[in-house]
Amino acid sequence: MAKITFITQDNISVVVEGQSGSLMALAVENGIKGIDGDCGGVCSCATCHVHVQADQMQLAGEASEIEKDMLELDDNVSEFSRLCCQIEISDALDGIVLTVAN
Amino acid sequence: MEDKAINTTRCIIIGASHAGVNCAFALRKAGWDGDITLFDADPTLPYHRPPLSKAYLTSDDGIEKNLLKSADSYEKENITLNLGLTVSAIDKSNHTITTSDGKVHSYNKLVIATGARPFIPPIAGLEQAHQLYPLRSAADVNHIRSALKQSPSKRVVIIGGGYIGLETAASMRKLGASVTVLEREQRILARVTAPVMSDFFSLLHAQHGVEILTSKNVARITTSPDYNMVICDDGSEYPADIIVVGVGIRVNTELAQAAQLDINNGIVVDDQARSSDPDIYAIGDCSYHFNPHYDRFIRLESVQNAVDQAKVAAASICGEAPIYDSLPWFWSDQYEVKLQMVGLSTGYNNIVLRKELSDDGLTEHKFSLWYFKDETLLAVDAVNNAKAYVVATKLLKSGTTVDQVKLADNNQELNPANLV
Ligand SMILES: Cc1cc2nc3c(=O)[nH]c(=O)nc-3n(C[C@H](O)[C@H](O)[C@H](O)COP(=O)(O)OP(=O)(O)OC[C@H]3O[C@@H](n4cnc5c(N)ncnc54)[C@H](O)[C@@H]3O)c2cc1C
Ligand code: FES
Repeated sequence: MAKITFITQDNISVVVEGQSGSLMALAVENGIKGIDGDCGGVCSCATCHVHVQADQMQLAGEASEIEKDMLELDDNVSEFSRLCCQIEISDALDGIVLTVAN
Repeated sequence: MEDKAINTTRCIIIGASHAGVNCAFALRKAGWDGDITLFDADPTLPYHRPPLSKAYLTSDDGIEKNLLKSADSYEKENITLNLGLTVSAIDKSNHTITTSDGKVHSYNKLVIATGARPFIPPIAGLEQAHQLYPLRSAADVNHIRSALKQSPSKRVVIIGGGYIGLETAASMRKLGASVTVLEREQRILARVTAPVMSDFFSLLHAQHGVEILTSKNVARITTSPDYNMVICDDGSEYPADIIVVGVGIRVNTELAQAAQLDINNGIVVDDQARSSDPDIYAIGDCSYHFNPHYDRFIRLESVQNAVDQAKVAAASICGEAPIYDSLPWFWSDQYEVKLQMVGLSTGYNNIVLRKELSDDGLTEHKFSLWYFKDETLLAVDAVNNAKAYVVATKLLKSGTTVDQVKLADNNQELNPANLV
């Protein structure tokens, strides 16, 4: 079980718990605003963009090559950007804070 | 003024899939505070369709892992979801619709998001065939999954070599089936890509043990107690425990037609997704709309179009003046190959094939096809090459002229600056 915090663009923090599956699926399940997940989680749409807190990048891990390329579609990409459909939930993510990019 | 109108403002949406559901949520976001009521004939909570032929087919997951929105989200946004109910008529002069249970519902604004249904070709014996399925709904795939599980010999014939047929072939192989694809045209994906891409996917499927046969016109199907025989007009025969039909769709325009809205290969809409009746919108697979990038009317079958048009319709309903001018994009996943497409290639007269170099030399599986009409870039198909897809998207959006010689030079890194 991992506790995950999403901070949406209207600055609301939502803490949710997840066991398995992707962070995108968890966000959609919990109706997190700004995570649309239009492609269903296959790294094709870039509508699940989050910024990871700088000191937690090692928890989230690095984006794959295709994910990095896809992130370039979004204007507000940063070195802390991830497409959260590409992050699998595990206990290791406990406490992670993600700011929804859009 | 009349305050009764305030309480009764209602938007009804027919069809709760990619287009309809996104429109409902976009309406709330755009400030619509009246009722929002969705109707869909499918009894399942609205789900993603693209995974149906891909990951969902090969998994044991229930469809609840692939929902467009959670059940709670509808409640939270005060969106009424009526599932398992078919809309049988639209009365535009009275601003009402009728549902299959005989009830009449009134609307101020109506959105038609009825999409499309599989086309079932008139093949002799098809009605009697065992385990023959189209592939459009979660129920279709649930049937296919369990038919495959129960079949000891797992012989699958797929009629149609388009994206859905090929994705299904890849997924079925993964599940251990022996798969034959019968395509009527001389090459697979004939309608949607250039011959180079058809060849690439033919080879990919052959390497994975799928038999792809072209110029095969299925004439009839005979059925014995435990299997079917699919017979082509050249006399060839293919035994099949399971048959999947993937030969295209028919647009669900009947409701709109009966209501005398303008129809032309889909429901004709303007750049705000409004039909010929100002209070009725049409979005997604069922809409025939103008694309300013290509200066013509088109009908698209893609998530991109469904979602983007949904947002435009919602904004327009809320009194804004949006314009639908999205660049079309699409993807297809087969085996480990990711194909991403942006733009529309129709009308091209020149193609540049760009292969990427990797550390260990040329990679067969990482390339992009750039479609041009003279000097104008029309579209790009990128295989395992998200960078090409992203660069192409930027170039198409900005309308930049691409230097075709530089583009073909794979010693130049792929980025917009290197291509002009
Ligand atoms: C197997 C498969 C794979 C696909 N893969 C991709 C892909 O990789 N990428 C991509 O971009 N697109 C893909 N697509 C296309 C994409 O799914 C469609 O473009 C999208 O679903 C269109 O959404 P829509 O809401 O316009 O229509 P639909 O999804 O067709 O939904 C229409 C809904 O309206 C309902 N309906 C119709 N008439 C009535 C009525 N009279 N009363 C009540 N309800 C009614 C139907 O039940 C249906 O749920 C795929 C489609 C399929 C089937
Ligand atoms: S959901 Fe589409 S890229 Fe993540």
